[in-house]
Amino acid sequence: MSPRLDRVNPQSAYQPQMTADSAPAKIVVENLSVAYSDGTESLQDVSLTIPANRITVLFGPAGGGKSTLLRTINRLNDLADVVEITGHVWIDGIDVLDPAVDVIALRRRVGMVFARPVVLPMSIRQNLTYGLELSGERNPERLAAAVERSLRAAALWDEVHDRLDEPAIALSGGQQQRLCLARALALEPEIILLDEPTSGLDPISTGVVEASLQELKKSYTIVLVPHSIQQAARVADLAAFFLGGRLVEYAPGKEIFTNPKDPRTEDYVEGRFG
Amino acid sequence: MSIARGRSARVRQRIQRLGFFGMTLAVLLTITPIVIIVGYIYAQGMPAISWTFLKDFPREGMRAGGILPAIVGTFWLTLGTGAIAVPLGVGAAIYLSEYAPDNRWTRAIRIAIINLAGIPSVVYGLFGLGIFVLFLQFGTSILAGSLTLAIMTLPVIISTTEEALRAVPNSFRVVSISLGGTQWQTIRRIVLPQALPGILTGVILGLERAAGETAPILFTAAAFFLPRLPTSAFDATMALPYHLFVISTQVPGMPIQIQYGTAVVLLTFVLSMNIVATVIRSRARARRQW
Repeated sequence: MSPRLDRVNPQSAYQPQMTADSAPAKIVVENLSVAYSDGTESLQDVSLTIPANRITVLFGPAGGGKSTLLRTINRLNDLADVVEITGHVWIDGIDVLDPAVDVIALRRRVGMVFARPVVLPMSIRQNLTYGLELSGERNPERLAAAVERSLRAAALWDEVHDRLDEPAIALSGGQQQRLCLARALALEPEIILLDEPTSGLDPISTGVVEASLQELKKSYTIVLVPHSIQQAARVADLAAFFLGGRLVEYAPGKEIFTNPKDPRTEDYVEGRFG
Repeated sequence: MSIARGRSARVRQRIQRLGFFGMTLAVLLTITPIVIIVGYIYAQGMPAISWTFLKDFPREGMRAGGILPAIVGTFWLTLGTGAIAVPLGVGAAIYLSEYAPDNRWTRAIRIAIINLAGIPSVVYGLFGLGIFVLFLQFGTSILAGSLTLAIMTLPVIISTTEEALRAVPNSFRVVSISLGGTQWQTIRRIVLPQALPGILTGVILGLERAAGETAPILFTAAAFFLPRLPTSAFDATMALPYHLFVISTQVPGMPIQIQYGTAVVLLTFVLSMNIVATVIRSRARARRQW
C-alpha cells in the first residue's frame, strides 16, 4: 500500500459513488475552476467522477483544459502560474487541493507520464529506482524487484533486461516512453495520468503502449489525454469531451463515439472541427 | 531553373568567399598577438627556470635566487579565495536560479551582480583595505587578501553557475517533482550533478583571474619582500603578480631574465588552470545525455 495522504477532511462531502458502469469512484472532481496568470481561464466549473480500474479519456481540441485537469489531480499545477483555483478534487475522500495535503505523498500515489518522453540523465535502472530512492527506499532487493515488476508492467522488460545499466537516453523513442511509464509504475501509484503519451511514437510503439494500458487498468485508475480521436475511441472505457475549459459531455466510450448526445461532441467526433 | 550557374550566382559566390576571407583574417589577427606574447615570454623566461628558481628565496635584493615565497603566496591566496567565493557564489546562484521568484527585488540583485563584475580591481583593493585590513583589523594578510579577491571573483562564479543551472532542461525538474521529489532533492540529485561541469569551469575561470590580479592584493595582502613563508592566514605574503610588478618597476639593476622567468611561472599557473577548465568542459560535453 502506498503512503497515505496525511489528512482526511472530516467534513468531506465525499460519498462512495457508483459510476455509469458500476465501478467504484476513485477521483471526484467537483465544481473545479482553474485560471492562469496570463488571463486564460483554463477550466470552468468542471465536475466529473472518474472510476477505478477503468481508462477514462479526456479529449477535445487544444486549449480545452484536459492537461490542466490532469495537472490539477497531482498538483503539478503548483509549478505553474495558477492565480485562482476553486472547487474540489477528491481522491478516496481527500481533497487534494487542501493546502494541508502532503503533495509529495500525493504525487507518489498519482503517477504521471508526459507527452514527450523525458528520461532522466542516468541509467535505465536508476531512472526506475529514482522515485523510490527519493522516498527513502535503500533495500537493493526491493529496488531490484521494483525495477523488474515495473518494466514487465510497461512491456519493456524483454527488450532491456540485459542492459539495465546503460544510459536510458540510448533507448528508442518508444522504449523511452515505456520507460517513463515504468518509472511512474515503480512507485506503485494508484492512479496514472497520461498526457498524450504516444504523441511522438510510431504506430507499433503506440500499439504496445495501448496494450499495456489495457493490462494496467486491472490494477490502476487510468486517466488519459489521447493524441488523437482514434486513440480515444480505441482505449476509452469512459470519455469526457472538453471544449474551451468546459466539460461538454461525459459518457461511456461506446456511447460517446457512436452516439454523442451533444451536437458539439458530434461535430468534433465526426471531424467537423478540431 | 538550370543547374549551370548564372552571373548572379557567381557574384554571390564571390561575396561569400570574400566574407569568409574577412572572418578568417579577423581570427588570425586576434590569435597572432596572443601567440606572440606567450611565445616571447616563454622564449625569454624559460632560461631562468630551474629547480633553484622555484624552490629558493630571493637573494641580493631579489636580483638573484628564486621566487618560492611568491609561488607559495599565490597558491594560498587562490585557495583562500576559492574557499570563500565558491560556497557563497554557488549558493547564491542556486538561490537565484532555483528558488528566487522573478520580481523587482531579484532583478535588482542580478543587475547589482553584473555591475559588480565591471568594477575596476583597484577599487576592490581599496575596499578590502578599508573593510578587512583596517576596520576588521585583519591587517595586511592572506585572509584580507583572499576576502578581497573573493568579493571580486563572486560575480563571475555567480553568473557562470546560474547559467549552468539554467542550462539544465526544465523537464528534468518537472519529472523529478512528479515522482514525489522535493525541490531540494531535485536540485541535489538532478540539477547540480548536471550543472557541475559548467559550475567548475566558471569557478576555475574566476579563480584564475584572482590568481593573476595585482591591484586587489596591493593594499590587502602583498609584501614587497619577506624572508620567510607565511605560517598563518593573518600573515602577509609575497605573491606572483605583485612580485612581477615589484621587480619590473621598483628594483634597479634587475636582471631581465628573472622578470621573464617570474612571468613564465605566473602564466603557467594561470594557463594550466585554463586547460583544466577546458578539459572538464569538453569531457562533460561528450558525456552529456541531453
